[in-house]
Amino acid sequence: MKTTKGPESAVTASPVPRRLIPPTQPRAPKNQGKARKRITIILFLLPGVILFSLLVLAPILLAMYSSVFKWNGFGLLPTNFVGLDNFTRLLDNEIFLGDLRRGALLIVLSLVVQLPLSLAIALLLNQKMRLRAVYRLLFFAPYVLSEVIAAVLFSMLLSPERGLANEVLGFLGLGSSSFLSEPDTVMFSLFVVITWKYFGFYVILYLAGRQSIPKELTEAAQIDGCGPWHVFRYVTLPLLGPTIRITIFLSVIGTIQLFDLVYVLTGGGPVHASETLGVTMYDIGFNRFQVGYASAISVVMFLLSLVFAIGYQRFVLKRDLDGATTTMGGGRR
Amino acid sequence: MSLTRRAVVTAAAAALLLAGCSTGGEEAPATGGGSQAAQEKVVIDWWHIQNIEPMLPVWDAMAKEYMAAHPNVTININPLENEAFKAKMTTVAQSGEGPDIYQTWGGGVLQQQADGGIAKDITADIADWQGTFNPAALAAYQLGGKTYGVPYDIGMVGFWYNKDLFKKAGIEQPPATWTEFIDAVNKLKAANITPIALAGKAKWPGHYYWTYLAMRIAGLPALQEAATAKSFENPDFVAAGQKLKELADLKPFQNGFLGAPYDTPDGQAAAMGGGKAAMELMGQWAPTVQKDTAGDLGEALGFFPFPSVEGGKGAATEALGGGGGFAVGADAPKEATDFLKFILSAENARKEIATGSLLPVVKGTEDAVTDPRGKMVVDVLAKATGFQLYLDQAYPPAVGAQVNDSVAELIAGTKSPEEVVKAITETAQAE
Repeated sequence: MKTTKGPESAVTASPVPRRLIPPTQPRAPKNQGKARKRITIILFLLPGVILFSLLVLAPILLAMYSSVFKWNGFGLLPTNFVGLDNFTRLLDNEIFLGDLRRGALLIVLSLVVQLPLSLAIALLLNQKMRLRAVYRLLFFAPYVLSEVIAAVLFSMLLSPERGLANEVLGFLGLGSSSFLSEPDTVMFSLFVVITWKYFGFYVILYLAGRQSIPKELTEAAQIDGCGPWHVFRYVTLPLLGPTIRITIFLSVIGTIQLFDLVYVLTGGGPVHASETLGVTMYDIGFNRFQVGYASAISVVMFLLSLVFAIGYQRFVLKRDLDGATTTMGGGRR
Repeated sequence: MSLTRRAVVTAAAAALLLAGCSTGGEEAPATGGGSQAAQEKVVIDWWHIQNIEPMLPVWDAMAKEYMAAHPNVTININPLENEAFKAKMTTVAQSGEGPDIYQTWGGGVLQQQADGGIAKDITADIADWQGTFNPAALAAYQLGGKTYGVPYDIGMVGFWYNKDLFKKAGIEQPPATWTEFIDAVNKLKAANITPIALAGKAKWPGHYYWTYLAMRIAGLPALQEAATAKSFENPDFVAAGQKLKELADLKPFQNGFLGAPYDTPDGQAAAMGGGKAAMELMGQWAPTVQKDTAGDLGEALGFFPFPSVEGGKGAATEALGGGGGFAVGADAPKEATDFLKFILSAENARKEIATGSLLPVVKGTEDAVTDPRGKMVVDVLAKATGFQLYLDQAYPPAVGAQVNDSVAELIAGTKSPEEVVKAITETAQAE
């Protein structure tokens, strides 16, 4: 708020000197000033609003609109209105219901395995050690790779006949594994790839969070007789709270929208065993040309993310966000 | 005073906005308007999927030759990979602005494009030269009495087999019946050879098995009738599924086939080309892809048609196949069809066939096939008594995709033959 005040007052101060305005309109200057202020605000907001409307709002509305039509995507706009049929059809679609189950599994695995692992690595990397910068760089490297490249790399690595993973297993005398080519193992292989791809991102977040904790606090705790575990449990962990809550948020939203990595790595297979909402949507929209039906899935994805995001912000992130954003209805303070 | 000032600001902002919008929108009309304004400048957008050697340079050269002869025509070539093409086509279809010439396989997808105003009815445009095509090759692009495309390639699906591995397993003759086929699979397994390479991840290679079995057991007309009646609830289709299940239960496929792609170094074609599997059920392009991903089997590579099924209604001479063709965009300039006529003239067709990757669709060019594998396919195809287009092209896209999907589940053992028939019927009825 403070930053916008500068330019605003500059604009309102510059125009027509007050004494030029005829005394017959005593209320004019105030109104004019207000209107001008508004125009200025609108003009400054305009580029952002236009981009946001065209690139975010319009696609959402268009998807919602086409989700109540039976439409194969040809022609400019759909015409065959079917109401909520697409959504009721989804409830009977085993693959869609499976997507929800698999999404839930991935979320649980991420929260239980991926984030704690990242936290542990972040805390390790915070210790004083040789080559610390090199480790930090290495762990962050997978996140920089594009999803497609990571997926292609892993499909080579995990290939049943020619993959390095099976070569190594064979060399160690452990037989071979099918990794991505059996319905029973594919989800876990996928989760390993997801973890490899994204843990570096969370490590960096935790590392930043850890470094913002003042040394005095941990030192004070140590002087009071806390061992390493107690320092972690009663000082580091609570103070990392905001960061942890944000990472949980990002992880859940990211899992709901997971697409490219899975699509390239397994295509959702074998026999839908690793399919996600995004992959099902793509298959229905681009292979089956049922764009209306596919839009219904995208609307479900959007609503899931939206409900989660709003709920999470309202109930979990509330204390982190208090004072950081303006709340509706004038705020609580 | 201040009012005019405000007006000026608003007007300026509006002008800026308009300018911003119009620079984005201008490109599209420029090409269309150009062809209208004068004869001089015509731009043809050409999307094809021959994005690798040997066809890529051949068509590049032909486009250059045509442009040299017609200086007013500019041809923008956009060679795309198969899947990328399909995805991109879906996107432009929604905007209602497709390319001027684009890849098509005919059938249900082309029908949707014609209904959606993307593809142009070229019946009249090609009337004077449509007689140069083999009628069977052109038929896939003729829908409801109108022609929406022209073929440049045709072929069929059959078993490509490794003669050396067959010999090793003691199989004298390529199997002619399903019983003999199952027998051959057992012999190969006994000799510790992977009988069949299959790309489970790609799904479409699996649908060939079900379709051929359905053709052999239920007969060719049944497949067409089922699509029209939107019901596949036919005991013969269930029987086809049972035969396929019987095969899948023998575990004849390579290790990890469920996750195997078709044309990557660890895929179906590579397993075949690398001599790791004894056969694959694939179209006329199989030798090219084998060579591209692993190796050329040379003389050891043989071809036999899908075996007949004892007691079935279909004949062993009926072929499943398809080819490639070009459709013309609804707003394409008339030069687009003229260019197609040029690249499909007998002379140019021979050049294309000579690469070994396309098979003849133009009458009188059959002798241009020099590649022995191409000849094997052409010979079988010449004797064919019936022809079925790939189901994932012949049927509406959703039904075709459902066939692929359900058959993949059948092969993986997660769906029964009855469930396959039910799922396809449900999808057909929802269309």
